[in-house]
Amino acid sequence: MSLSESPSGTAPSRHSVLGSDDVARALRRMAHEIVERNHGSGDLVVVGVQRGGAPIATRLAAHLGEILAQPIEHVDLDVSFYRDDIGASPLRDAAPTTLSSDVSGRVVVLVDDVLFTGRTVRAALNALLTFGRPSAVHLAVLVDRGHRELPLRADYVGKNLPTSREERVVATLDGVWIERLP
Amino acid sequence: MRPIRGGHLLSLDGVSRDQVLDVLDTAESFVEVNRRTIRKVPALTGRVVASLFFEESTRTRLSFETAAKRLSADVISLAVASSSVKKGESLRDTISTVEALGLDAVVLRHRSSGAAEQVARFVPHVHVINAGDGQHQHPTQGLLDAFTVRQVLAERHGTSGPESGAELFAGLRVVIVGDIRHSRVARSDIAVYLALGATVRVVGPGTLVPAEVAQWGVEVSDDLDEALEWAQIVGLLRLQVERGGGEFVPSLGEFSTHWGLSVERLGALSPDTLVMHPGPMNRGVEIAHAVADSPQSLVTRQVANGVPVRMAVLYLTVAGGEDR
Repeated sequence: MSLSESPSGTAPSRHSVLGSDDVARALRRMAHEIVERNHGSGDLVVVGVQRGGAPIATRLAAHLGEILAQPIEHVDLDVSFYRDDIGASPLRDAAPTTLSSDVSGRVVVLVDDVLFTGRTVRAALNALLTFGRPSAVHLAVLVDRGHRELPLRADYVGKNLPTSREERVVATLDGVWIERLP
Repeated sequence: MRPIRGGHLLSLDGVSRDQVLDVLDTAESFVEVNRRTIRKVPALTGRVVASLFFEESTRTRLSFETAAKRLSADVISLAVASSSVKKGESLRDTISTVEALGLDAVVLRHRSSGAAEQVARFVPHVHVINAGDGQHQHPTQGLLDAFTVRQVLAERHGTSGPESGAELFAGLRVVIVGDIRHSRVARSDIAVYLALGATVRVVGPGTLVPAEVAQWGVEVSDDLDEALEWAQIVGLLRLQVERGGGEFVPSLGEFSTHWGLSVERLGALSPDTLVMHPGPMNRGVEIAHAVADSPQSLVTRQVANGVPVRMAVLYLTVAGGEDR
């Protein structure tokens, strides 16, 4: 809902949870955890879920590259055509998918900004599996806000953030905010 | 124009720039899907698309059916030649019969202008996509022509289609040549190019340029060579002999001499000028053999782009929502 549509005509209240420095630290920590889990090697490919996951995946891949002293492949995946709410809610504009190679045998780190119901991750897994059979898929999210509707969990979490369903969470490289409609 | 998202696609008359860009940008995503090893997405799983071609067609029907299948829709295809239409069943009864099977969308090709509009009234809750109605409109052809032009121009400018929006069409000089009178492609092309900000000039023999062209917002000329010199895009049309087009010209040979894109005329074109034809081509009539196969011809790209553009149209109409 855009600001102008809010019933009272006032903007939603916005409450800052993490600043950009906190986000940077969280992503560096997650990169170290990923390296640790994969024993410092492995054929890693970082896949950002469009749109919110893409910039976070870019940063995470850069950190992984620094730690491992070798470039880590980073691509994006759009999941619009795999959503389970097609026809039930307004269509989202599709964003580019740059994943184009076979991911068979590789370790995929799927990256999104916010983990909420888990439905986007489900769509991303289905989309990803048409590109081959990865040896493993790990999930990294900047924020886990709870309220799962599917049996999924994240492997790497920047911040666990208890929220109510009515709230909106914005998680970017610039910081994390909770928005409440008045 | 009425919304495309969640609606019908009956005509491009009055289409807005944003509506066109919505289809073109969505089609870009489907180009990428068509490059994958598994060229299929589950977007329209469980939806049923009926492909009803009351008039012969090769590329449009194949391209729509391929598009629907790549979106995981089920496709019911009516082969008119072996159906009850041959026994005199009316369009309305045929549609009702097909609708009774449970339908989400109808792709309709018919020889009568306005047939798609009529079907949309019979079955308002079914999304109707006009795949060519008489001499009226062929909206997906117009959209795929614009898509193809944007793709080629974006490549030349080192940008991407979605990034460039409608920019590359601003003041673009488009000439549409030949049998304007009988051409639904001309009507859809003109609407889409004008919506994107291009300048369109129509050229043809007086007998094949209808008087109402003056109200379409295009320039009209009978000087082909001058128009070709001016043009950046040349859109050729099929001389529609089956719609009586042949009776409006003294002979096919004479039409070809005066209005055909010959090898000599191609030689006089700027090497940057692009040549388009919606097919099927009458080689040797409106387009010379060598011209159709020249590097400046976009004919095969037009056909290839038919699938992603039709995927976008099916996805946007059937999957719904509101125009962005």
